[in-house]
Amino acid sequence: MTQTILELVNVSKSYGSVEALKDVSLKVNKNETLAILGPNGAGKTTLLKIMAGLTQPDKGTILYNGNPLTEEQVLEFRRKITMVFQRTVMLNTTVYENVAYGLKLRGLSKKEIDKRVKETLTLFGLKGFENRKAKNLSGGEQQKVSLARALTLKPEILLLDEPTANLDVENASTIESIIGRIKSQTTVVFATHNLFQAKRLAERIVYLSSGKVFEDTSAKDFFEKPKTIEALKFIKGETVF
Amino acid sequence: MFESLFQTLSFSATELFEITLRSIQVSGGATLLGAAVGLPISLTLTFKEFKGKPFLIGFFNALMGMPTVALGLILYLLFSKTGPLGPLHLLYNPLGIMVGQAILVTPIVVSFTVGAIEALDPEVRLLAKTLGASKIQESLTVIREAGRGVVLALAASFNRAVAELGVALMVGGNIRGITRVLTTAIALETVRGEIELGIALTIVLLLIVFTLNLALNILQRKGS
Repeated sequence: MTQTILELVNVSKSYGSVEALKDVSLKVNKNETLAILGPNGAGKTTLLKIMAGLTQPDKGTILYNGNPLTEEQVLEFRRKITMVFQRTVMLNTTVYENVAYGLKLRGLSKKEIDKRVKETLTLFGLKGFENRKAKNLSGGEQQKVSLARALTLKPEILLLDEPTANLDVENASTIESIIGRIKSQTTVVFATHNLFQAKRLAERIVYLSSGKVFEDTSAKDFFEKPKTIEALKFIKGETVF
Repeated sequence: MFESLFQTLSFSATELFEITLRSIQVSGGATLLGAAVGLPISLTLTFKEFKGKPFLIGFFNALMGMPTVALGLILYLLFSKTGPLGPLHLLYNPLGIMVGQAILVTPIVVSFTVGAIEALDPEVRLLAKTLGASKIQESLTVIREAGRGVVLALAASFNRAVAELGVALMVGGNIRGITRVLTTAIALETVRGEIELGIALTIVLLLIVFTLNLALNILQRKGS
């Protein structure tokens, strides 16, 4: 049976006069891989930030495991849902310390932190990078550190914002294969404007354009029988963005 | 060299040590006090959006140029027996100098730290949040990431505090063995015509400032 972990009900968000999201409702189910697909400026990043508890919606409700999210629960909520940003942000320290950062915030023992960081670095092919300054790594390596830093926290939902947007083909392929492996361990929601990436990775697709949800269906149905003109145009490459 | 100089000028090395130590304690305490007040103000000024924020930042920038004699006079009036803060007995007291110097350096801490935080990648805060930082952990992360700027702010604050004369003289009163610090001692000895001693004390003051800044510089280079 499908279990919904996170639900957004009629969520809206504006920045000044720009409406980033208009009455968006969607569910995130446990262990699924969901793509938020849409052109640039569709509201994908805003949607992920709201899902991560980083941005407050102007209107609407967020339900976590069926219960409305309150102000007091935000920190606990944010410790279960982790977001990886489109542009990698490295803390001004070593790779080891970057990956250990979230674990330290949770007050884990030094031994446990060391064990989890080393396991994660090995999983991401970053063994030997422990003492390297994170800011001096290449874009692809930094993206790996970002993913490692998020995944070592064992989040219930991992949110990825355009995870390969700034990478070359080789690094994009590496990151995609890592996401492919992560999929089996946790719920993954990723925002992308890359149709083919959504096709390769997602089980379900939410098509977002101009802050509105036009489609919410399985990846197979989205590509084979889209229900809206907007989605069809996007698939055919007729949407200008 | 100093020993023979002090012998001829009836100013003991012990007294010099005592004055130096008091200068470091008072100005070091003022810097810490300034940081304790200034860092939360800096975080509020950078994290929160409110009307009048640019004005407030400009105001703190302007306060960096506050003449120490003006501040010394204001504090003298406040701390004097008949003043509103008279019952606190801060006049002619090292604690009074410390409070005065803390007021003097707080704008330096604020201005330098706000600049350093504003120069940071704004997504550092979001990163801290999404990795599970509480509000305090988020603030500490931002301060750590702006580390160079914060260290510079503290160094500049200590330099300003240890080198100022107005507050130390007017609030402290240059009382031998109680509130005499390096700058007030230099002023006194120079006025008394003890130029050599004034120079010796100045060398000590400069050594403190240069040693501190050199040490911070080395630490920063090592850190980077």
